Amino acid sequence: MAEGRIVLEAIEASRSFDVSRPWLQRMVAREGRRVLRAVDAVSFAVTVGRTLSLVGESGCGKSTVGRLAVGLYEPSGGEIRFEGQSLSTARAQPALRRRMNMIFQDPYASLNPRWRVSDIVAEPIRAFRLLSGRDVQDRVGQLLTQVGLSPRDGEKYPHEFSGGQRQRVSIARALSSEPEFLVCDEPTSALDVSVQAQILNLMRDLQARMQITYLFISHNLAVVRHMSDLLGVMYLGRIVEYGPGESIFAAPRHPYTRLLLDAIPDLGMAGSTRARTPVGGEVPSPINPPSGCTFHPRCPLANARCRAEVPKHTRDGDVLAACHAVEEGRGAG
Amino acid sequence: MSLLDVDGLTVEFPTRRGVLRALDRVSFSIAPGEVLGVVGESGAGKSLTGAAIIGLLEPPGRIAAGQIRLEGGRIDNLSPDRMRRVRGKQVGAIFQDPLTTLNPLYSVGRQLTETMQAHLPLSGPEARRRAVRWLEDVGIPAAAQRIDAYPHEFSGGMRQRVVIALALCAEPRLVIADEPTTALDVSIQAQVIALLKRLTRERGLSVMLVTHDMGVIAEAADRIAVMYAGRVIEIGAVADVVRNPSHPYTVGLMGSIPSLDVRVERLRQIDGAMPRLNAIPPGCPFNPRCPQVFDRCQVERPDLMPARQTEAACWLFDPAPAHG
Ligand SMILES: Nc1ncnc2c1ncn2[C@@H]1O[C@H](COP(=O)(O)OP(=O)(O)OP(=O)(O)O)[C@@H](O)[C@H]1O
Ligand SMILES: Nc1ncnc2c1ncn2[C@@H]1O[C@H](COP(=O)(O)OP(=O)(O)OP(=O)(O)O)[C@@H](O)[C@H]1O
Ligand code: SF4
Ligand code: SF4
Ligand SMILES: [Mg+2]
Ligand SMILES: [Mg+2]
Repeated sequence: MAEGRIVLEAIEASRSFDVSRPWLQRMVAREGRRVLRAVDAVSFAVTVGRTLSLVGESGCGKSTVGRLAVGLYEPSGGEIRFEGQSLSTARAQPALRRRMNMIFQDPYASLNPRWRVSDIVAEPIRAFRLLSGRDVQDRVGQLLTQVGLSPRDGEKYPHEFSGGQRQRVSIARALSSEPEFLVCDEPTSALDVSVQAQILNLMRDLQARMQITYLFISHNLAVVRHMSDLLGVMYLGRIVEYGPGESIFAAPRHPYTRLLLDAIPDLGMAGSTRARTPVGGEVPSPINPPSGCTFHPRCPLANARCRAEVPKHTRDGDVLAACHAVEEGRGAG
Repeated sequence: MSLLDVDGLTVEFPTRRGVLRALDRVSFSIAPGEVLGVVGESGAGKSLTGAAIIGLLEPPGRIAAGQIRLEGGRIDNLSPDRMRRVRGKQVGAIFQDPLTTLNPLYSVGRQLTETMQAHLPLSGPEARRRAVRWLEDVGIPAAAQRIDAYPHEFSGGMRQRVVIALALCAEPRLVIADEPTTALDVSIQAQVIALLKRLTRERGLSVMLVTHDMGVIAEAADRIAVMYAGRVIEIGAVADVVRNPSHPYTVGLMGSIPSLDVRVERLRQIDGAMPRLNAIPPGCPFNPRCPQVFDRCQVERPDLMPARQTEAACWLFDPAPAHG
């Protein structure tokens, strides 16, 4: 995996949010400021033309990492580098800004309802002056066709489309600036499986043809398996397991990854009464995370050390896992 | 007798460029205690079908033909006032877009208790007790402490769970659930599905479950209806449709599901796109993409007919092929 130039690198990147109540209420209730650590010292590196996927339960910080990776959030600690440069310097250069883009999780919120679809898709092309005149409309038509819409759909407004059709519009827009690095936040969860297959195949074709690098976020693990070279499993703001997707799917090390894989429904259940194993317990509050390993209240392998000491990443083959049990070699398998 | 009968439902949008027919003679029924999964191409009309049943089609969309019957009585022609009473008490709805359902100005507890008290004879304290229980049932931790919180204080996935509680709390006979678990990760998804299944068993709740997640369908549904270009093109028991689909579109759909067990270079896909509403070809709407298309498909429209274990709208299964 050491092959290829590193496009995006996160070095111990963190991001906190101030979620304190207003000053007066804090005084009345005699409470201090409250800080939520959405992302906590996350490190990874993606090489050119490769895909890193992030998985994990709702609220674990995936979208926040995505926003950090394209510079929509500044890290509150650590650093994000794009082609070796700190992202804050890279973002100041329009030429570099064009080379990264993001498909947002929410297709309802990310499209301007008053713009025609053709203008929505053309906006990055015009903003970065990639084409002009008739060429813009031709390119827009081509992009709409690529995502399974028709060039004539460009005349319509977002509300005239179904949920999945709107998501395709946002994919077309993200591709229109011909980015080299693309964050895809749940790009296909609003799509049926046949359109999903078309979009995922398109994304991989573009990757092969243009060496696009992806940061891919999804809670559908089958999709993640299909798309990823590298996989990061997140829990409460941290990456708890990291390595080649194939190694992790073949032999998940971290107890959380194993629970996550067991919770997936599959087609074999059709008409049967078999129930899948739900992940027990709830994600704790990131404002007040548990001590030691934050997964310990839900972990079947937790012991006293887990409650006291934050586990560091240890290497097992080509995979990094942050777990005392993995390090001690107990409870594997 | 079935709880819900949808019979020849046709929905149209008048536009400047002519009338668009978005649903074309959609028919199906749901029995008490049954979960009907609805799948199909994005834009096929799944959400519109749900909206028409609960009387929330957005103008200019309108029902142009067909009937919708709940426990034998028509609900497609009720006054807005009577329809409002049906909604909530008899039919609950979980929408694809959770944010439109919650009122940002009221606490979650108030929205739940008001909904319950509008439809059930409950005292204030009893309604509040039940509200806490519903929140626990949909997996909101520390429900008793969070009941007075406002929607914006919950994460996206938690808001979606509140919407589910809101749809269920007045104990309707039927729930229209449009992508109820799409915004949820697998662990919460499992919990929500288990809750819906329990309510179908214990209270005879019927569910129309729209989702793209075939895993969820396989786990939760008893029967599946597959939609394409505004029509139901295949319907049958879940195991038959998933394992032995008859309609060429369903075969393609099932074939494009990525597998967790094997990684392939390319996912199988159905080439081409669903036709636009104003350009649906004559005959079978799937004919431009169908690998098995033949002459008759270009001229005559197939309706649902028995096909192996299911019913499919496809001429391949016509026992008496047309002559000439
Ligand atoms: N702007 C913000 N202000 C305050 N808190 C935030 C903000 N953005 C995110 N958070 C919090 O940070 C945590 C991580 O959120 P994030 O959206 O990154 O999660 P996610 O992994 O993408 O979840 P999902 O799968 O539900 O999309 C959550 O607890 C969320 O409430
Ligand atoms: N206001 C409108 N004006 C014109 N056409 C509309 C309008 N609302 C919906 N449609 C069309 O009706 C069709 C069915 O839409 P619907 O939302 O029911 O699709 P769906 O099956 O739920 O798709 P998805 O899986 O993407 O949510 C779509 O082709 C859509 O473009
Ligand atoms: S460190 Fe301990 S609690 Fe955390 S995952 Fe490993 S065994 Fe479980
Ligand atoms: S009717 Fe003809 S075109 Fe339509 S699905 Fe069947 S074989 Fe294919
Ligand atoms: Mg997210
Ligand atoms: Mg829909």
